Amino acid sequence: MSQASTELIRISGHPGTVPGAGLNREFQVCKLVDTTTCIGCKACEVACLEWNGYTFSETTFDNSYQTMPETAWNYWNLIKFNEHERADGSMMLLMRKDQCMHCEDPGCLAACPADAAIVQYANGIVDFQQANCIGCGYCMTGCPFNIPKFSPEARKVFKCTLCNDRVSVGLEPACIKACPTGCLHFGTKKEMKEMAQTRADQLRDVSGFADAGVYDPPGVSGTHVIYVLHDAKNPELYGGLPKDPHIPYSVRLWKGPLKWLGNLAMVGGLLGLAWHYMRFGPKKEEPIQPDNGNGRRP
Amino acid sequence: MTNGWVDIKNTDMMLIMGGNPAENHPCGFKWAMEAKRNRNAKIISVDPRFTRTSSTADLFVQIRAGTDIAFLGGLIRYAIENNRYAKEYLINYTNAAFIVKEGFKLPEDGLYSGFDSAAGTYDKTTWNYQEGEDLSGKTDAPASAAHAAPSAAAAPAPPPALPPNVAYDLTLQHPRCVFQLMKQQYSRYTPETVERITGIPKEQYLKAIDMFTSVRKDGDMKQVATIIYAVGWTQHTFGTQIIRTAAMIQLLLGNVGRAGGGVNALRGHSNIQGATDMAGLFDSMPGYLKVPTPTDADLASFLKRTTPTSSKPSPWGSWNYYSNTPAFFVSLLKALYGDAATKENGFGFDYLPRVDRDYSWTHIWEDMYNGKVKGMMAFGMNGVMIGPDTNKNINALKKADWLVVGEIYQDETSEFWRAPGITADEQKTINTTVYRLPCAGFAEKDGSMTNSARWVTWKYAAVPPPGQARLDQDIVAQIFLRVRDLYKKEGGKFPDPILNVSWAYADSAHPSLSQVAMELNGKALADLKDDKTGQVVVKAGQQLPGFALLKDDGTTMCGNWIYSGCWTEAGSQIQRRGTEDPSGMGVFPNWSWSWPANRRVLYNRASCNLDGKPWDPERKQVWWNEAAGKWAGNDVPDFKADSHPKDHLGPFIMNPEGVGRLFAPIGVLAEGPFPEHYEPIESPTKNLLHPEQSNNPLVKKFKSPYDKFGDPAEYTIVCTTYRLTEQYHYWTKNNPMNVQLIPEPFVEIPVELAEEKGIRGRDMIHVISARGKYTAKAFVTRRLRPMMIDGRKVYQIGLPIHQGYRGIQEDAERDARTPANLLTPAVTDPNAHTPESKGFLVKVEKA
Amino acid sequence: MQTSRRDFFKVAAVGGVAATIFGFDLKPAYAQLKELKIARAAETRSTCPYCAVGCGVLIYTIGDKAKNVTPQVIHVEGDPDHPTNRGTLCPKGSSLEQDMLNPRRLTKPQVRRPGATDWQDISWDQALDEIARWTKKTRDATFVEKDAKGLPANRCEGISFIGGCTDTNEFNYLVVKAMRSLGLVYLENQARV
Repeated sequence: MSQASTELIRISGHPGTVPGAGLNREFQVCKLVDTTTCIGCKACEVACLEWNGYTFSETTFDNSYQTMPETAWNYWNLIKFNEHERADGSMMLLMRKDQCMHCEDPGCLAACPADAAIVQYANGIVDFQQANCIGCGYCMTGCPFNIPKFSPEARKVFKCTLCNDRVSVGLEPACIKACPTGCLHFGTKKEMKEMAQTRADQLRDVSGFADAGVYDPPGVSGTHVIYVLHDAKNPELYGGLPKDPHIPYSVRLWKGPLKWLGNLAMVGGLLGLAWHYMRFGPKKEEPIQPDNGNGRRP
Repeated sequence: MTNGWVDIKNTDMMLIMGGNPAENHPCGFKWAMEAKRNRNAKIISVDPRFTRTSSTADLFVQIRAGTDIAFLGGLIRYAIENNRYAKEYLINYTNAAFIVKEGFKLPEDGLYSGFDSAAGTYDKTTWNYQEGEDLSGKTDAPASAAHAAPSAAAAPAPPPALPPNVAYDLTLQHPRCVFQLMKQQYSRYTPETVERITGIPKEQYLKAIDMFTSVRKDGDMKQVATIIYAVGWTQHTFGTQIIRTAAMIQLLLGNVGRAGGGVNALRGHSNIQGATDMAGLFDSMPGYLKVPTPTDADLASFLKRTTPTSSKPSPWGSWNYYSNTPAFFVSLLKALYGDAATKENGFGFDYLPRVDRDYSWTHIWEDMYNGKVKGMMAFGMNGVMIGPDTNKNINALKKADWLVVGEIYQDETSEFWRAPGITADEQKTINTTVYRLPCAGFAEKDGSMTNSARWVTWKYAAVPPPGQARLDQDIVAQIFLRVRDLYKKEGGKFPDPILNVSWAYADSAHPSLSQVAMELNGKALADLKDDKTGQVVVKAGQQLPGFALLKDDGTTMCGNWIYSGCWTEAGSQIQRRGTEDPSGMGVFPNWSWSWPANRRVLYNRASCNLDGKPWDPERKQVWWNEAAGKWAGNDVPDFKADSHPKDHLGPFIMNPEGVGRLFAPIGVLAEGPFPEHYEPIESPTKNLLHPEQSNNPLVKKFKSPYDKFGDPAEYTIVCTTYRLTEQYHYWTKNNPMNVQLIPEPFVEIPVELAEEKGIRGRDMIHVISARGKYTAKAFVTRRLRPMMIDGRKVYQIGLPIHQGYRGIQEDAERDARTPANLLTPAVTDPNAHTPESKGFLVKVEKA
Repeated sequence: MQTSRRDFFKVAAVGGVAATIFGFDLKPAYAQLKELKIARAAETRSTCPYCAVGCGVLIYTIGDKAKNVTPQVIHVEGDPDHPTNRGTLCPKGSSLEQDMLNPRRLTKPQVRRPGATDWQDISWDQALDEIARWTKKTRDATFVEKDAKGLPANRCEGISFIGGCTDTNEFNYLVVKAMRSLGLVYLENQARV
């Protein structure tokens, strides 16, 4: 990985220049997730936890193999399971690795008001800098994939880093390395896109999945995590993958023409926060309630 | 596995049945995915439930647990009827053309010829080949050796042996040739009958068997299919016969010996292959040598009984490699007893215990329950959890005097005396002394392990054992040395083997495993000379280069003949890490070492036609090199190196016939030369082929109060047990990472059954068999469907086995602390003695 | 779980500020890359203890195997050279670190005496002596030299040894050697079931 690939090309809430702007981006990285060869083994879940030093979350059986309803601040990588019956009555077990998509046009970054709390490297990785995070949670509303999660303990927001500590020294992300079937693959965006197209072609031509295709949503200018789906016309089947994700219009507006208003509001918000803190003291930790209503059939 | 993990990438077609590799062997399963991605290979998944393997399959077929032989038998019928078999292979590499003795009867009524219903045993005299010559085209010719029916009055006949010259018919037309008998046997397995037995609708079944046999369309030999299985096939009272049916299919289709083919057992534990090879089993000695019995008068008569002689059509050759049994066995005795093994004392043959009956797993618990087995040592083996019939095993242990458990975690076996339901008052009445010894984890010890593909690979210790924990080999050595000291000091019953066993390791209480590995390989005890030139090829004291040099005169020692070659004078072969794969076929000849002789695909001579040319020139494994007068290859030829194809030496060198066995003669199997469909001991239906003989006639039931069987009128649901990918047996319930992935036990039940019983997903339910009650949450799913068995609706449910009464969640009382094997019956396969954990009967109640 | 080790990492993560050792100087520090936690750890090649795929694993321990270091596991990953798993691991293999560092591991010999309702500690020496004594006593009491027909038996019919299938070939061979020399026939193994 060249040094250039970890130059910054976008910085949240940043008033000055961006060091990597206009850089020749030859090393854009990409994860390819081929859901058609995923076996839902969760090796990626464990590899992610082990690498990032998170150990144990209390979980509950929920009439599914799925570990928990959604990703969590300390659980960045989750296989979503769906028992799907096809029109001909045959069964499918759709399994999709859910994690940060590392959007080319990241809604979280767009929504973030804190200087350099969210950055985007030239290689495409969108990274949260917790040291700069003010815990406002705006990034959570900016994300069309419901990925950033707030830690009540740290009062900051966390998500997948695409293992930038590994990638920056030339290693692949932990989840990619672990994947037993090779349904996960890592390389440049260009190569992953080609590989994904080839696989989708094979699924259409050989395996009889007429609607097989690649998920690289244009609404966020593409992502640095792309999927091969048996049924690209219905991405929602795969644990609620949005069909046409966009940065919410409110965020666009907020950070675009009405940015000055946002800045003003943010200052106001911070003042309000300070007032709230002085008035009520620190917020008590609330246990995160597991959300069982994820629409899976009993 | 006949082949290997990486070799699966060479296949065109996979039948995955009796196994769920995506969940239980994920990293090996990648090669199935590679075959799909790179060769457009197809997967057919046949399973009682739609698994994560099924999710990757091109075709999934739901089968009733325990009806695999019906499925596979129908496949044989279809392949024959539709000319989808390998004719040249079949005639020359299998016993299809061999003629079977007159008087042999097929089991239309469920019984082969020779059944003694009073004793419940078979007289296998007729399960043999006809002695004779070429009968090709002479179907009317009288048999050359008349069959004399054994009569009770006659003097006891000598034990039946295979004839040296077998009568044969290369046209395969003789009514008693193996091919015709096989055809007749499976002609009854029509798609309609298969549907009634297995519950698979005829159209689906035809689709599956058509897809599988399509590799041999019109007899074309290029494509290759593999069959992949695991304990879903072994854990039945007819498990060995299921696997035999698979082997027959692969022989019929010419898939054995070929890259991307074979019959592939995916073994469940990291060194289950090695433990089997080393013979930690009552009925075998290291390297699959036989055990002595009381009737073996001495070493010579034992070797005569256990050394096969070849049996084949007279113009053909048979290497009959087990004819070297004396060299293997004497070298083993020299390894066991060292200098105390002399020619005069039969190399210490009389030190070995004589095995006179079945001492297998379920008998241990039965005999302990009956007060016979008084002490037990269990190392890394959680016998209570593994069952079958956990309750029986717990109650057996209550009667033992002592139990030694070597473990790394607190397990159910060491804590049987405080299993759920045993009160403090009852504990006071349990007089078993239990020692629990802390052992070393995998990362704390070195040594070699043998994977499912027979690759023997060394590992290195990374950290010391925690606290006072000790290496397992040290503990066993230290127990043994102390026992030996007691016998030295005090004498006792037959101390000779204890005093004479060779324990000459540099540090006897801490045996170095590299020294042991060198003993497994074997060394010369005298200068070994080449038979022809008289030159010394291996000097006394040197490591042997391989098993070909083993001698039966005491001049070599070898702990396990199939491991000979693993640690030679050139050094440790099992520590090699060469990553090159010149052929690109996943052979990796320089990565670790594979038994036998570093061969990666067994029987690979069969990958070539009669002329020694590969069936598929694009997948060249071995071939005859006419110029060199030798077999050459990308793999080590599993064959006599200089045997010219014209010699017609059989490729199945371990069989006395030299060919693959479609028909298994005399001593091979307990219940018949061809597999026949029998119902599990507990079954929702009578056997539809022969209701009068529903079960395997050789299965015996124990009589203890725990050995109860369910009435199908009351227990109507078929239950099967399995592992999940997130957990490993009874081990990872101590690992928080795995516990969070599957936090609680559950039972997978069909939506329709749930609706009938008013059960919703996440509800607590009881699963009850005649032997016990299991309690867990319901996982209501469409991945198990009701089946129509002979017009009757039958439900199947599935039970993961991972939780017990000691573990992270168990200790926090977050589950009901009921081991799954409380439910399973202690009935076993009469060949392999494996219990029937798949396909027993239960009922389900809302808790 | 494993508080001390985890805390060590938190420090490493927070303290691993400017990643200059990797040739990146990102100052002014708008963003900081975490330090690679296995950068200088020792690597030991092992085999996964679970299923029979036999995946190669790399065990990373602190220190560089110098004499003055007691190794401690910090991470486990697949061995990319191993032809079968090529660096991949399943969820069980991926969690091996937690198996090695598990606070539930047994660390001392214990005995449960007849009628007792709990374990008590015992020294290795005493435990091994008692086990040897039990073994001899039971063997002498149940040994069958000749069977009912007067044929040779040489069987110890009162003791059983049952072994698991995740220990080494060498261990298994030593077991067979020792137990067959004691005359055991109730010698069985996970391989059966």
